Amino acid sequence: MIPSPFDYTAPSSLDEALKLLHDLGDDAKILAGGHSLIPMMKLRFAEPEHLIDLNNIPGLSYLKIEGGMLKIGAMTREVETEESAEVAVHFPIFADVAKLIADPQVRNFGTLGGNLAHGDAANDQPAVMLALDASVEIAGLDGRRTVGIDDFFYGFYSTAVQEGEILTEILIPIPSGRSGNAYHKVERKVGDYATGGVAVHLEMDEQGICTKAGIGLTNVNPTPLRAVRSEAALVGTSLDNGAISSAAQFASEDCNPSSDLRGDIDYKRHIIRAVTKKMINKAKQRAFKN
Amino acid sequence: MKKEITLKINGEEFTKEVEPRTLLVHFIREDIGMTGTHIGCDTSSCGACTILIDGKSAKSCTILAVQAAGKEITTVEGIATTEGVHPIQEGFKENHGLHCGFCTPGMMLRAIELLEKNPDPTEEEIRWGISGNLCRCTGYNNIVKSIIYAGAKLRGDELPSTEPVFVE
Repeated sequence: MIPSPFDYTAPSSLDEALKLLHDLGDDAKILAGGHSLIPMMKLRFAEPEHLIDLNNIPGLSYLKIEGGMLKIGAMTREVETEESAEVAVHFPIFADVAKLIADPQVRNFGTLGGNLAHGDAANDQPAVMLALDASVEIAGLDGRRTVGIDDFFYGFYSTAVQEGEILTEILIPIPSGRSGNAYHKVERKVGDYATGGVAVHLEMDEQGICTKAGIGLTNVNPTPLRAVRSEAALVGTSLDNGAISSAAQFASEDCNPSSDLRGDIDYKRHIIRAVTKKMINKAKQRAFKN
Repeated sequence: MKKEITLKINGEEFTKEVEPRTLLVHFIREDIGMTGTHIGCDTSSCGACTILIDGKSAKSCTILAVQAAGKEITTVEGIATTEGVHPIQEGFKENHGLHCGFCTPGMMLRAIELLEKNPDPTEEEIRWGISGNLCRCTGYNNIVKSIIYAGAKLRGDELPSTEPVFVE
């Protein structure tokens, strides 16, 4: 399978890329890792006339902790978040999620920025970003703006990244107190999209009372979904079994899965309930290990 | 519009004009004429097209040839030396790590990066490590054995037995 013809430019600076993107308008697509875009182009679901490759632009790939934030450059590869010991201190969830994204070859090239900007609710990182309450920096010719993750996913393949803009950085607040997080998805085979996936992040005070809960769901809604009622069911509790069961029940009720080859609606709701429960327990365990 | 690219494949430099839509695997097989890199599923699932780009295993059916400009590529044709076959090739040979052989080049290139990052992997780590490579013949057991063998060889450790394992 060969994509339809297109022109290709690999600019060496972000400004150059933004100018090109501005001039070409929606005839152009940004190429990051390419492991979502190129398969779509091969199937001719996507037929951009021009690709602007970000891979030759220095300074877009990094992991750093600065000003109470974990900052991830948009071109950082999935494998780098998977293997970073610095990231694992507060966010073992990155090793959980990366291991479940496609396979090692894909993770060598797929980028975190591309994963989010692709706007696919079947991708795993969006749920993690919801749980961790991330925000995203977006650059345009007029400057940069920051968008909270709750305002980022607009719909199927549609995000806050507008025409002429490029996602440049992901910001994740470093938890202050006791915290733990975890991700898991049920998949039919290694590397498949999720039948259902759940990301959980918990913060607790010294008495073990939950002060903050973030829960994101993968592939059970047209957009990545925050399980709002589940989060509320945990905050203020000691994360006892009753609270965890309620949170899991709410997540299964509030998601909107569709029936497809991966399973019917009831099955997917059941998966969300079971995995939510499991991930809350795992995040809690990790919090008490720290 | 064609673009001129220069890249190294197995140490040799090539400069060619390519259409931007040319996939790297087609470039290697058809423009360069090295057919050791296979095309299996053509959907980045099976890993038969796995090569190394600057030492990182990659599915060459999902990368454009223009993206490889300036890079160093290793294919199965480039892993043996004048000294002999690469330890991973020896591993596959000694342990009957292939039946039809179609997945083997991709399996070996993937295993080379795996062993570079993790010289002494557990069986589970190997199985996760080759989760992007499908074999439709072997049931994977002998592939895992082959990689364990190559790891030992690369570390200079005593080589594990190559006798077949019979499951009771």
